[in-house]
Amino acid sequence: MNSSRNLSLAFLIVALLCIPFADLAFYQVEPWDELARMGQGIIQPSFPELSILADSLIITVAFALIAVSGAAFLGLLLALVFQSRMVRIFSASIRAVHELFWGLIFMQIYGLSATTGVLAILVPFTGIFAKMFAEIIEQQSTVPYSTLSTKADRLSQYFYTKLPQAWPQMVSYTRYRFECALRSSTILGFIGLPTLGFYLETAFKQGQYDEAAGLLFSFFILIATIRWWFFTKIIPAYLLIPGYLVLAFIALPDSPAVYGSSLVQFLTQDIWPKALLNGDASASIAWYQHQLFDVALPALWDTLVLAQLALVATGLLVLLFYPWASKAFFPKQFSFMRGVGRSSLLVLRSIPEMIFAFVFLLILGPSGIPAVLALALHNAGLISYLLMRHSEQIKYRADAGKGINHYFYEVTPRIYPHFLSLLLYRWEVIIRESAILGILGITTLGFYIDSAFEDIRYDRAFFLIVISALLNIVVDSFSRRVRRNLKR
Amino acid sequence: MFRLDHYQLDNRLNDITLNINSGEKVALLGPSGGGKTSLLNALHQQCADQIAWCPQEHGLVESLSAYHNMYMGQLDQHNALYNLANLIKPLAEPKQAISELSELLGLDPQQDLWQPVSQLSGGQRQRIGIGRALFRQQENFLGDEPVSSLDPVQAQQILELILNRHKTVILALHNRQQALSNFDRIIGIKAGRIIFDSPAKELIKNKYQAGLLDSLYE
Repeated sequence: MNSSRNLSLAFLIVALLCIPFADLAFYQVEPWDELARMGQGIIQPSFPELSILADSLIITVAFALIAVSGAAFLGLLLALVFQSRMVRIFSASIRAVHELFWGLIFMQIYGLSATTGVLAILVPFTGIFAKMFAEIIEQQSTVPYSTLSTKADRLSQYFYTKLPQAWPQMVSYTRYRFECALRSSTILGFIGLPTLGFYLETAFKQGQYDEAAGLLFSFFILIATIRWWFFTKIIPAYLLIPGYLVLAFIALPDSPAVYGSSLVQFLTQDIWPKALLNGDASASIAWYQHQLFDVALPALWDTLVLAQLALVATGLLVLLFYPWASKAFFPKQFSFMRGVGRSSLLVLRSIPEMIFAFVFLLILGPSGIPAVLALALHNAGLISYLLMRHSEQIKYRADAGKGINHYFYEVTPRIYPHFLSLLLYRWEVIIRESAILGILGITTLGFYIDSAFEDIRYDRAFFLIVISALLNIVVDSFSRRVRRNLKR
Repeated sequence: MFRLDHYQLDNRLNDITLNINSGEKVALLGPSGGGKTSLLNALHQQCADQIAWCPQEHGLVESLSAYHNMYMGQLDQHNALYNLANLIKPLAEPKQAISELSELLGLDPQQDLWQPVSQLSGGQRQRIGIGRALFRQQENFLGDEPVSSLDPVQAQQILELILNRHKTVILALHNRQQALSNFDRIIGIKAGRIIFDSPAKELIKNKYQAGLLDSLYE
């Protein structure tokens, strides 16, 4: 408990120290007008033409499905050779770059095409699958293996013990990832791909909140009904998934002609500064120095400050949210209250941070506040849900306290270590998302990357993406170390 | 066959000197936590490849059927392609062999054999663990309380099955009677040390020796 307390205090103090450095101003002094119009939109949503809505939903699902299938397969292959340091570094670096950044990169080569949409999700997800599958396989008991003859070939041993042991967990993780991919696919609309996010952004920008609300509701329905149209038990998965995959390939949009550069030219020319290509060493150093000190480091600082505030805000919100959905606090008689709590958490965790941030930016103006709010709400929804489930698995004595006593004496102390480790897991994600929210105009790394792409300064964009990937890798290993210390 | 000389393992096994010849039927007795499992593990490591091994945790793969869990005993007898094909659709030859084996173990070859083992009871799971070890078809059998969750009649049948099919058998048991009536040699272990090592006959006949057996559990 002591190390948990110290860690929490440290996070809190660092966050407080960050406040003066963060841009937390309210630029929009009269948010109420906008809010009122949004409220009206939510009450009276309107749906776009059915063909547009259906098209964008189908493309959103198609991108996600093809990408996850490919990534799960490639990830499994990589997981088999995850002992290799090269493979680990490769997986870490492809998952350290956000889907949207991958989208921006592939867009330069493949334009606004289906290839870009699928690859943008497939590449980072492959890295994530490789790591998770390798971890799941490693966690399995070695006893079944010990009863086999050591002379049996490795492939047979693998297919009879490790793989079937790990299978249920890998399937459920892949399911979870499919939901994540649906969110990522939606968000890819923000950089112009024809998914739901594209229409959502347009509707918001034009102030057509009724239509935006209609699109958001459609997205909810898509996620909430997933167990009927996708994880159904009526048709076995080995028929359903290939069937859907074929449909997904058919549904992919036609690719417009590409005016970008070829892959080779992009990799060998575009992403390197002129000075380096000309072989001018001192000019190259000067260029990188300028990019590092004048662009990257200030952006990095903004990203970290924002992420730190978002992390602590997430933690506080979780502690506030989780009891409302838990059986530990609202037993049978209060199932209505619990239902409300649960649905709210579902809504919070299924809306991508990006969409939250977009809405808050419209209301509050371009500062750090919308970003922190967006990150905190989405992540709090997710962690509260997991924590609520955890709190229900604990057995309480019949004479345990009630209400606030129960909260402070029984439940919270017991789930606190789990809470911290979940929060540390999300830390990496929060940092990656803080960087990406820059695309909306907040001065984190994403802002500079997005504008570099817009100015066709690929060299700078590439350099900044590498910096943000390095940031992720460092935070990932740091958070792993903190988690390990926490367990001791 | 098996030989330990002043063997030491952390604080679980203490100065163990032991020699077990091929053809011996040995039972290990003693309170739980006394070192039976550690001793079996040490013996298993000596020639893991010639042993039908039946650990206490069974080592079943939950999502595979009982049939596949037993078949795993002979993975080394076939090439990878054969094994993978059998994973997708059980092949005739092993199917026949394992059906026969499962009948001897009191498992229904029509039903129990095709269920994922996660859906089977503790006693059934234990018999499947034994089934895998039997299917290895080795000369030596090492087991850690293999019949602990079976009823006395079934336990006796399966013990006999194990003893008849293997030349050398070393089992950790917690039932004294089972040990005395089925085995030639009994080794008593407590607190990581060998307390006694004597023929079963002596333990039954000799009063002093029988006292040793009682002291084991005091």
